[in-house]
Amino acid sequence: MALENTAIQEKLAATFAEDVFNFQQERDIFSFEMNANNNTAIILFLKNDSELRFHFLTDLCGIHYPENPIEKQFAVVYHMHNWYENKRIRIKAFINGSTPEIKTISNIFLTSNWMERETYDFFGVNFIGHPQLKRILNMDEMISFPMRKEFPMEDGGRTDKDDRFFGRTIDNC
Amino acid sequence: MSDSNVNMVAPPEGVVGEGFFATKLNDVVGLARANSLWPLPFATSCCGIEFMATMASHYDLARFGSERVSFSPRQADMLMVMGTISKKMAPILRQVYEQMSEPRWVIAVGACASSGGIFDTYSVLQGIDKVIPVDVYVPGCPPRPEQIVDGVMKLQELVKTESVRRRSSPEYQELLASYNIK
Repeated sequence: MALENTAIQEKLAATFAEDVFNFQQERDIFSFEMNANNNTAIILFLKNDSELRFHFLTDLCGIHYPENPIEKQFAVVYHMHNWYENKRIRIKAFINGSTPEIKTISNIFLTSNWMERETYDFFGVNFIGHPQLKRILNMDEMISFPMRKEFPMEDGGRTDKDDRFFGRTIDNC
Repeated sequence: MSDSNVNMVAPPEGVVGEGFFATKLNDVVGLARANSLWPLPFATSCCGIEFMATMASHYDLARFGSERVSFSPRQADMLMVMGTISKKMAPILRQVYEQMSEPRWVIAVGACASSGGIFDTYSVLQGIDKVIPVDVYVPGCPPRPEQIVDGVMKLQELVKTESVRRRSSPEYQELLASYNIK
């Protein structure tokens, strides 16, 4: 393959130094972490660099790690794809659990507009600078962020189903 | 045509005499309504596919006077809700119901429409009877076309025996008020 992991790693490390770290090949995808404060510069560099050319954002999503220390309880994951070399990478940016926020990349990849809205909808991650950060899939009246781990799996106010017949506890965990 | 095979609905109970037939208005109106129920399919998932089979030639819902599928709620009598209704869609379903003119009936087809089914989760309405009154529930996941036809026949029985005054009765107004429907 023309574009090797080491080439990507060296190029990023030369440009961003300490802001990119923890490079590793996880199964079939090359992954690393980045400093969440510098996410726009790194994504823009990956997109526009004449050698890297990661010009396609495959996916953007959130993860909740309630076990982690408070400053890295949420992660925003970017999947990027270089179509010329058919090379994929995954970038994780850890953000604070009490005020989860990160800069938007919707001005770099237009497709991330709805992905960021979805991540906000389910995880409550605030994308700073997003043009229209509101719920996209769930109803607007919803006050919780259902993919957070503390959110119960089932509706606690349910009246129509008797827990005894479903083998479940009272708080439906 | 002497060899025609047309089935006629039996007349209601009444008094037959030389050149006249006397019966109750209730029965005549009920008979007419029950045998020309215009369905409004509100199909959101797999139960909708079963409904398509129900409407098609093999099961042929037209035998029950329901061949005219109305895609305008204003001309429909029977709202058939088939499939999972998410909480985000609940206001739309309710608006469709409100746009139907009286008399109107509702069939909840399948487990999801009746109770939320397997989708016991934050985003799914746990049965459409949380937002609109339902007359007949059809169980199944998804129900066979026979079951849907059975549900329609059950509804026909309800329609036949319904009083022409029911829709203006205080009980009915109270029912609508409990759903906060004007």
